[in-house]
Amino acid sequence: MFRVFAFVLALALLPTLPRAAEVTTFTLDNEMQVVVLEDHRAPVVVHMVWYKVGGADEPPGKSGIAHFLEHLLFKGTDDLAAGELSATVSRNGGSDNAFTNWDFTAYYQRIAADRLELVMRMEADRMRDLQMTEEDVRTERDVVLEERNQRVDNDPSAQFREQTRAAQFLNHPYGIPIIGWRHEIEQLNRDDAFAFYQRYYAPNNAVLVVGGDVKPDEVRALAETHYGPVLPTPGLSERERPQEPPQLSERRLTYSDPRVAQPIVSRSYLAAERDKGDQTEAARLTILARLLGGNGATSVLGRKLQYETQSAVYVSAYYDGIALDDTTFNLVLVPTPGTELLAAEEALDKAIAEFLAEGVDPDQFERLKFQIKASQIYAEDDVLSLVHRYGEGLTAGLSIEDIETWPDIVLAVTEEEVMETARKVFDKSKAVTGWTMPAAAEGMGQ
Amino acid sequence: MSRLIAVIWLIIFTLPLRAEIEIQTITTPAGIDVWLVEEHSIPFTALEIRFKGGTAQDPPGKRGVVNLMTGLLEEGAGELDSRGFSEAREALAASMQYRAYGDVISISARFLSENQDEAIDLLRSSIMQPNFAQVDIDRVREQVLSSIRSDSTDPGAIAGQTFDAMAWGDHPYGSSDDGTTESVMALTRDDILAAHKAVFARDRLFVSAVGDITPEALAALLDHLFGELPATGAPLPEPAEYQLTGGVTVVPFDTPQSVALFGHQGIKRDDPDYMTAYILNEVLGGNGQDSRLMTEVREKRGLTYGVGTALLPMDYGELIMGQVRSDNSRMAEAVEVIQNEWARIASEAITEQELSDVKTYLTGAYPLRFDGNAPIARIMVGMQITGLPASYVIERNNQIMAVTMEDIRRVAKRIYHPDDLHFVVVGQPEGLTSTN
Repeated sequence: MFRVFAFVLALALLPTLPRAAEVTTFTLDNEMQVVVLEDHRAPVVVHMVWYKVGGADEPPGKSGIAHFLEHLLFKGTDDLAAGELSATVSRNGGSDNAFTNWDFTAYYQRIAADRLELVMRMEADRMRDLQMTEEDVRTERDVVLEERNQRVDNDPSAQFREQTRAAQFLNHPYGIPIIGWRHEIEQLNRDDAFAFYQRYYAPNNAVLVVGGDVKPDEVRALAETHYGPVLPTPGLSERERPQEPPQLSERRLTYSDPRVAQPIVSRSYLAAERDKGDQTEAARLTILARLLGGNGATSVLGRKLQYETQSAVYVSAYYDGIALDDTTFNLVLVPTPGTELLAAEEALDKAIAEFLAEGVDPDQFERLKFQIKASQIYAEDDVLSLVHRYGEGLTAGLSIEDIETWPDIVLAVTEEEVMETARKVFDKSKAVTGWTMPAAAEGMGQ
Repeated sequence: MSRLIAVIWLIIFTLPLRAEIEIQTITTPAGIDVWLVEEHSIPFTALEIRFKGGTAQDPPGKRGVVNLMTGLLEEGAGELDSRGFSEAREALAASMQYRAYGDVISISARFLSENQDEAIDLLRSSIMQPNFAQVDIDRVREQVLSSIRSDSTDPGAIAGQTFDAMAWGDHPYGSSDDGTTESVMALTRDDILAAHKAVFARDRLFVSAVGDITPEALAALLDHLFGELPATGAPLPEPAEYQLTGGVTVVPFDTPQSVALFGHQGIKRDDPDYMTAYILNEVLGGNGQDSRLMTEVREKRGLTYGVGTALLPMDYGELIMGQVRSDNSRMAEAVEVIQNEWARIASEAITEQELSDVKTYLTGAYPLRFDGNAPIARIMVGMQITGLPASYVIERNNQIMAVTMEDIRRVAKRIYHPDDLHFVVVGQPEGLTSTN
């Protein structure tokens, strides 16, 4: 037997929690929703404010304004000089940032738990009291154009993804890039930003999620002090975006660029998202994506295309059900050298047809269910991702109950239900197929 | 007889007083050194394994073999073929990731308490008995070749490979870990078997664990995992000789935004001035949004979305390096601003206020890194491989606080050399041409 020196001291003091994160929710008088996730294992707090506004809520012709405004929130307020918020967070050992999606704009700080009030005071301040000069706006617009350069214009695959997405959505603003079209970013100005800010940055359009080494009562007291006095925007209605008409026609796009060295076949299908009180279709699609395109060695498409026909170097399926409106189910395939794009696409379609005929492999299905159960255990170790789960869900129209019941809904999906959904979603009249090619190579449209 | 020795370090975080992490340094009965933090509130364990050496051990003419070999570890082992291995891993809901870097092979595992022994058996087979079947070699080789193809037209990858080649010449640091199309095409199964034999050995093994496991159980598990590993492997690589001088190299590439890498020779991790250099780098171009370069290049002039610098103390050569991306029409200005800042920090160092602010930031940010089992295990194994004692987690902030303005002024002159600063710019930058 081994001898281990005494190490009884520290761990004996830890409280025994049934799970690492406890969840508490409440709403302030000004309708700001608050979620508190307790995790007392490390003396750290994540403080996030999620606004229920994103790229899909922009006025026509002003694409990119939600994201541009996100940048401008780091300029000053009546109480804070430009850059002071981030500098203060840094000086206190924390980090901060923000991000914009089609459905939300979110701001966060990660800092020692005893500094929660400091960051909350500053975040509450910039909810209503933003100030910016014309000079701030001009310089920051150049920064955003460089961001677009870096993320999109310097990357032919990203440029083509913008094009295919625009073709996927005939009417819904999900077809417009979050960062904005270049010609519209170039015209964004201070008035556009302020109008958007004044309407949408308000407590009755925001969700506060605080996760980490905090107590719900102290968060409530701090939130009432700092966010409580912030005035709501009157008359803010539910978000209503232009919806998709029936999609009747298959779309096919090709793109050639000398900067492409590795050809790619992509396919997206219009697909249901997680709806409030109705998440079963999304749960089936989530399982379907994992069955088709998880690990290359065990997934349906990986087995058929990477191992059996060897038409692909890589193949994947991807679906994220968190969205306010209908979303997409995506496939991507990197062909092996010598496999023409048409042959690769045909092999992909054949693999899907075979799957529809063969059905789900029960062993694979069982393994996947066990992995999903285990992922709930692993997730307890990562507060930041739990904070994301709540912020993202609540700004995409889900309720707390929807977010908490989601794992059980996914685990309740049956093999037959997956197949029923698969037969429905793989409908080419609602799909966009894309071929990314080196310049002047094979193919249609040259 | 019993060789399991646990030493306890209590870490008291500087900010709130009550948080504690307890690092136990253990030697197993078979003589493996491992660091452990017990965390029993969630029923899983994160295990971080490192083998010193990495792709720099590629033999001449075999560039890419360590990377390909590492990529094949999860493609079938013992009785299991590629599919069987992945199915077994899925059935356990365990994660096992294998990556080859320049100086190190990294294996990260995460497994549930309820099937820990089966997970370790599977992990063991992948390290000790990989099959390297020809069909799997051919398939994974195609994946590597696809990645090499994609890099060939990626401006960031072109900049990196150009800088490395100019800086390190024929040393493995001078080329991509992946190898070249030619070198990877030529690799055989025998090359892969030889690489496997060369790199996995006890004399270069480092391990840390965090999670729901006791020291006794961890010791038994590691002795089973690594008990039959050979004592020694192939000789470690030779030091690389830095060959680049100051100037600008433009690599023409038709894309709207130029990508630039810039730097010169750096400072070794075990240099007594390293912490002072680390502070200087943080002020010039470190992680905080308000570094000098972010302020001058982004906030004041809007020339970029991001600019940053880092100390890169690799095992066989060291760099101070930065990256910036700017529109072709504005890259020349970005380069000029960076050159000026490099000269300014070399001659004037930083101000007392900057030193004080960065000390507060660095000491405050340090405890925030210790969140989650895998992040803590990664920090610990990083300390082990760097040769730092477990007590470093307590001493580190004191070392930062002890740095004086005198240290700062001396080290700024020592490490920043404006005349040696070399830019590799990929794009069509207006007003910039290669200097030599």
